[in-house]
Amino acid sequence: MLDAFAGAAGLLLTGDPTLTHIVGLSLRVSLSAVLVASVLALPVGAALALFRFPGRTGVVVLLNALMGLPPVVAGLIVYILLSRAGPLGSLGLLFTPQAMVIVQSLLIFPIVAALTRQMVSDLWVEYREQLTSLGASRVRAIPSLLWDARFSLVTALLAGFGRAVAEVGAVLIVGGNIDGVTRVMTTAIALETNKGNLSLALALGVILMGLTLAVNAVAFAVGEFSRRRYGV
Amino acid sequence: MSIDRTILPIELEQVVFAPRDQVLLGPINLTLGAHARTVIMGANGSGKSLLLRLCHGLIAPTSGVIRCGEQAGDPQTACIRKRQAMVFQRPVMMRRSVRGNVLYALRLRGVRGSRAEQLTQQALALVGLEALAKRSARVLSGGEQQRLALARAWVIRPEVLFLDEPTASLDPDATKAVEAAVQRFAEQGTRIIMTTHSTSQARRIADMGIWLDQGQVTQHDPLVRRTL
Amino acid sequence: MTIRNSLGFWLGVALLVLTSHTVNGQDRGFITVASTTSTQNSGLFDTLIPQFEAATGIAVRIVAVGTGQALRIGCNGDADAVLVHAPAAEQAFVDQGCGVDRREVMFNDFVLIGPRADPANVAAADSAIDAFARIATEQAAFASRGDDSGTHKKELSIWQAADIAPAGGWYRALGAGMGAALNTAAAMNAYVMSDRATWISFNNRQDLSIVYQGDPRLFNQYASVLVNPERHPIQYDLAQVWHNWLVSSAGQAAIADYRLRGQALFTPNAP
Repeated sequence: MLDAFAGAAGLLLTGDPTLTHIVGLSLRVSLSAVLVASVLALPVGAALALFRFPGRTGVVVLLNALMGLPPVVAGLIVYILLSRAGPLGSLGLLFTPQAMVIVQSLLIFPIVAALTRQMVSDLWVEYREQLTSLGASRVRAIPSLLWDARFSLVTALLAGFGRAVAEVGAVLIVGGNIDGVTRVMTTAIALETNKGNLSLALALGVILMGLTLAVNAVAFAVGEFSRRRYGV
Repeated sequence: MSIDRTILPIELEQVVFAPRDQVLLGPINLTLGAHARTVIMGANGSGKSLLLRLCHGLIAPTSGVIRCGEQAGDPQTACIRKRQAMVFQRPVMMRRSVRGNVLYALRLRGVRGSRAEQLTQQALALVGLEALAKRSARVLSGGEQQRLALARAWVIRPEVLFLDEPTASLDPDATKAVEAAVQRFAEQGTRIIMTTHSTSQARRIADMGIWLDQGQVTQHDPLVRRTL
Repeated sequence: MTIRNSLGFWLGVALLVLTSHTVNGQDRGFITVASTTSTQNSGLFDTLIPQFEAATGIAVRIVAVGTGQALRIGCNGDADAVLVHAPAAEQAFVDQGCGVDRREVMFNDFVLIGPRADPANVAAADSAIDAFARIATEQAAFASRGDDSGTHKKELSIWQAADIAPAGGWYRALGAGMGAALNTAAAMNAYVMSDRATWISFNNRQDLSIVYQGDPRLFNQYASVLVNPERHPIQYDLAQVWHNWLVSSAGQAAIADYRLRGQALFTPNAP
C-alpha cells in the first residue's frame, strides 16, 4: 500500500506523460461540455424565469428533477442513440471524445438551467419595473439579466464542471475507456484500480481531488469578489 | 433617436384600477403634461404611485382609456414608452459602472458607439457625477444613485419624465441636488410629472398641482412656484 | 461594452480549440476493436498495437469489456473487429451474421486462485471438475465474474460438467471485469477463476495464490473475428489488415515475445 503512495508521488512530480495526457483530456472534455451545455442552458433558464406559459410549472419541476439524473442512465441513453445500430449511428460518434462531451453536457444542462432560472428569477424581481420602464422587453432583458448575474452564473458553471469531471459511469459507457483516446481521469482510476495498479490510480485521484478543491475555491473567490465590488 | 409622434398631452378617461375587484384608483378623468412641471400630491395610499405607473404603462387600467397625443388606432399603443422615462423612489442600479448604467439605457434605444459616449458624458455632467463615471453603481450613496437614475432617465431625451417620490429617502443635501437636476431637465424641455408628499417641494418645483385622496382627484390647480 | 463584443469571439475560439480532434499522426486512419478486459489487463495490447501501427500506419482503438458485450458491440457495428475467447459464442456470432472469418490467434489457460489456507483442499484435486466440486461441497467463498464474459462462460461450463448449480451465500456473482473480480476475491479471501495473463500482471494479490492448474479443460482459446461489412458501414479494409497481421508471422512473433515478469502470457497458435 505504501508503495502505491510513493509511486503516485513519483508520477506526480515527474510529470508522467500518460498522466498529463489523461488529465488534459479530462479537462478538455469537461470544459467543452460546460461550454456546450451553457450555451443552451443559460438562455433556457433565463427564459423560464421570465416567461409564463401553460405547463411552465411542469417544466421547472422536470428540470429540477433532472439535476439528479443518474449518470449511468444518461450514458445508457446516449449509447443507444449513438450506436451504429441506433438513430444517430451514421454520425460515428460512439467511443469518441465527442460522445463524452455530449453525455456530460446532458448531465450539466439541468444543473445550469435550473440554477440560472433561480438566479435570473431573483434578479427579475428586483429589476423588472426598472427594465420595463427603460424599454427592455422580456426578450431583450435576457442578455442583460444574464450579464448582471454573471458572478452567480459562474458559480453555477463551476458546479456543472465539478459534476462533469467527477463522473465515471456515463463516460465509460459512451467512451469505451480507450487508451489515449477516451481515457479520462475517472475511467483511468477505475481501470488502474481494477488492474491493481494503485500508484497511477492514486496519482490521478490526488489530481482529481485537487481539481475539485480548486473549483470550489474559485467559486468562493468569485462570490467574494462580486460581493466586495458590487455590494450585494 | 427616431422621430415619433408626440405623446402629449396624456389623457385619462374614466380610468379605474381595481385589482381583485378592489377599487384602488378611479374613476379618474385627467389631462397631464400641458404644464411644464406637474406635481401629484396626496397621503400615503392615495394612489399617487399607481397613477404614475398607469400613465407610464407599467400597469394596465381595469377599465377606462389612457391616450397619449393624437391617437391613431389603439389607444393603448399610442403611449409609446420610448418618449417617456421614470425615476423610482428607490433606484435600481444594474451591476455595472455608473457609465455602464447610462450606456445601457442608450443601447436599449439603439444608440451606441461614440454618440452614446458623448450623450453619457453630458448626462453625467448635468447631474454632477462625471467624477464617478467608472465607479460601480451599486456602491454609491443613496443620493448619488438617485442622481444616476436621473441621468439614465434623461439621457434618452424623454418628452415626459415621471418621478415617484424621488427624494423621499434622501437627506436635505441630496434632495437639493436632485431638485436642481430636475429643474435643469425642465429647462431643456422635458415635461416633469412628479409625485411628492411635501408641499414645500411642490412649491419649489411645480407650476401645476394635482391632489389625490383615496384614489380620486380632489383638486387640480396651477401653483405659483416659490423658489427658496 | 467592448468586452461583450469580444466575449462572443473568445467563446468561439474556445469552442473550436476544445472540440478539435487530436490527430494521432497515423497515416491511414483507425479501427475499433472490441476485446475483453482480461486481454487488456494483461498488457498485451500495449506492445502489440505499437508494432502493428509502426508496420501499417493504422491506429487501433481497443474497447475492453466482457466477451458478451464485445460481441454485442460487434453486432451493433460499433467495432470493426473483435478479439475474444469464447469459441461457442464466437461461432454464434458468425452464424447470426454479425461476424465473418473467425481465426484462432493464441491461447493461454485459466487457473484457479484461492486463499493460502485452502479451506476446500483444492490443491489435492485431480481435475478442474473435482476442484469445483470440492469448493461447492465445502461451501467456500467463490467469486464469479458473473458478466457473460469468456471467463464466466468457461466457469459456468465447468459447473455444468460437474453437475452442480452453484447457489447460496458462498457463490458471489460480481458482474465485474477480471481485475475487479480479483480485487474483490482478494478482499473476501475467496476462490476465483482467472486467466493466467491477468493473474500474472495483477498487483493486489494479498493472501491469494494459484491452487489448481493444468487441466486441459482450462484451455483458453483466443480468436479474432471481423465484423460483417454488409450489416454496417465499418472499416472493413483496415480491419482486414489487422486480422491478417495477427495470424501473420510478425503478429504471432509479437505475441510470443510478450512477457510480463519474465513469463510468456500467451502462446500463438494460428493454424
